Amino acid sequence: MSEQEEKKAVKPKKPKIPRQKMPEQDPIERAHNFYEVALGYDNDLALLEASRCLKCKKPYCISGCPVEVDIPDFLEMVKAGDLIGAAWKVKEKNSLPRIAGRVCPQESQCEAKCVLNKKGKGEPCAIGRLERYVTDWAAVHGEGKMPQLPKPTGLKVGVVGSGPAGLTLAGALIKKGVAVTVFEALHELGGVLVYGIPEFRLPKAIVRAEVDELRQLGVEFKTNWVVGRTQTVDELLEKEKYDGVFIGTGAGAPLFLKIPGENLNGVYSANEFLTRANLMKAYLFPQADTPIAKGRRVVVFGGGNVAMDSARTALRLGAEEVTIVYRRTMDELPARAEEVHHAVEEGIRFELLAAPLEIIGNEAGWAVGVHCQKMQLGEPDASGRRRPVPIPGETFNIECDTAIVSIGNAANPLVPSTTIGLETNKWGNIVADPESGKTSKDRVWAGGDIVTGAATVILAMGAGRKSALAMMDTFGIG
Amino acid sequence: MFEILEKERIGPGVNRAVISAPAVARAHKPGQFIILRCHQDGERIPLTVADKDVDKGTITLVWQEVGVTTYYMGTMCPGDSLIDVVGPLGTPTHIENFGTVVCVGGGIGVAPLYPITKGMYEAGNHVISILGARTEGLLIMTEDLKKVSTEQLIATDDGSFGIHGFVTQVLQGLIDKGTKIDLVVAIGPVPMMKAVVNVTRPAALPTVVSLNPIMVDGTGMCGACRVEVNGETKFGCVDGPEFDGFAVDFDLLTKRLAMYKGPELVALNKFRETPRGCECTFPEGM
Repeated sequence: MSEQEEKKAVKPKKPKIPRQKMPEQDPIERAHNFYEVALGYDNDLALLEASRCLKCKKPYCISGCPVEVDIPDFLEMVKAGDLIGAAWKVKEKNSLPRIAGRVCPQESQCEAKCVLNKKGKGEPCAIGRLERYVTDWAAVHGEGKMPQLPKPTGLKVGVVGSGPAGLTLAGALIKKGVAVTVFEALHELGGVLVYGIPEFRLPKAIVRAEVDELRQLGVEFKTNWVVGRTQTVDELLEKEKYDGVFIGTGAGAPLFLKIPGENLNGVYSANEFLTRANLMKAYLFPQADTPIAKGRRVVVFGGGNVAMDSARTALRLGAEEVTIVYRRTMDELPARAEEVHHAVEEGIRFELLAAPLEIIGNEAGWAVGVHCQKMQLGEPDASGRRRPVPIPGETFNIECDTAIVSIGNAANPLVPSTTIGLETNKWGNIVADPESGKTSKDRVWAGGDIVTGAATVILAMGAGRKSALAMMDTFGIG
Repeated sequence: MFEILEKERIGPGVNRAVISAPAVARAHKPGQFIILRCHQDGERIPLTVADKDVDKGTITLVWQEVGVTTYYMGTMCPGDSLIDVVGPLGTPTHIENFGTVVCVGGGIGVAPLYPITKGMYEAGNHVISILGARTEGLLIMTEDLKKVSTEQLIATDDGSFGIHGFVTQVLQGLIDKGTKIDLVVAIGPVPMMKAVVNVTRPAALPTVVSLNPIMVDGTGMCGACRVEVNGETKFGCVDGPEFDGFAVDFDLLTKRLAMYKGPELVALNKFRETPRGCECTFPEGM
């Protein structure tokens, strides 16, 4: 053995810690209940996972976060055992961390930029799971004192929609002494977080707790208030004297396939299906009054996160067979890998390279099947994905009693069409500066899906944060 | 919370209540509706606003007990509150001086017809209201309608009051007499609206109907309220509730309204097993 080799051998090798898995409910069990699938880290797992952080001099992870959470700092506090401190560190930038920790696509954001991932190992530090752990812990164990609020500035801002964009903006502004009123059309606060994302991915109690925290900070909430109907944006500005209005109404107008049979009974938009199941608690029917078709054989059209949510909700409502019909292959599914993985584990069937041509109905007007076209992948389209093209003459039928259309949402025109001088693009989305959220109308900002088209919760939160900063700038309270 | 200030039984299974909802009252226009919920586990149901008082900050609702929510509401008393009232929703009625407007109301449809009739009357139209019900006891708000009509005609299926027959026969009579009619507005059960259109179509009389599809959010977000108009899918909650009667697919609407018949019965039976509410809400014979 040479001297050099000897040196190498003596040097104690640092044991390599693998990325820590988060415990989950067993797939067979969870397919029949609405409890949360992912159970969260315990203290040992969290410490072990946090210790994997390399504390890079240049923390790329922060640049991957739309709200720029100080990730290495909070991980350092976890390592030191200061979980409350870590939670506050996260909250400096993220007003809804318990939600983000659950529904953010970390694999394409902070964790994609993690150096541990960059080395080609595909084992980034589990930032999202740790964000969830520390903020859950703080919520249960008490978070110490609320932050000291500055003196009221006398300014007031109206927020249209209580989804992730609006709540984030409200949280940021109230901490700067701006009075904030959030107007929500539905009877519950949270927007897509309560009507769209299912209980088993994001428990509603967590959304309520996050909203309550904002309420304690002084944010005023008005439910059952449809801006555009109950009051217009112009009335908020002129009559109610709001200094600014932020529009964060989301992408709430479901698209349909425009194929025959789409208005048969048993055919739902994903929005309706999920709203009945989540917001209206139809899974408790008849303890809750709202019914939902409890299909035996359910077909879902689409391949995004909402399609996965719909399929997995149908399964939990008691369906014997749930099939996702998607026109490309597994590789092109737009849903998060984790959601697809969970769906597969739970037994959701995938009918790939297939597109619905017609929904077949019976005399009474109920869906009984879907007539589908077989597809193949052709040349890449503008999105870079290979375009699905029909294989002539190859069609087939799937039997079903419920069909859920989950092919996306367009901009809901209610607010743009009732607001004077608010510019929209050809899809009906509000035109707003991507950096500031400033719209064509004086004192009006907008952000989230109503500007970008359907995207993610965290991007909406990022937009809310940017608009909040831009408003502070305009008001001169930076 | 939205307090019930007044409540009365105005017919068998038919109730009228005045509810405190200042923001809705302020913004409401004829033809618009609200969505309400009675309690924490309640469903959201749409009801057309029958009247409002902006100064008092109230709206008036009239409903027939048909499902779990409307039965539940039937047991509520002044002092009770609805947990949610949201609105006004839907596109308001297009009101202008058309000339002569015939307002046809059947059964509970007379309630939503009232603000429209009033609007048409105040816009200077010659308003002929034709109201109908199965029997005299089911006729509602005839006096209210009378005050905002130039002429009023009433029909009952059994002849117990007014003309013996259907509202469509009365309307046909007006057409046959050569009455100049510029617009017909019809609100009532789906078969009635369909029958009205069958009468007005040959005479080419523009006819507006108000549809009552199943809804959840009422702001165009869910699409539960899909109706077909001119072969195109429309959302009843935002594109409607009023549509060109000649273009509406009434058969589809009927089928879609029956979508939850089974579960509705389950919910209603469960509700009946656990009666609630006080005696005062049920005068004898109602």
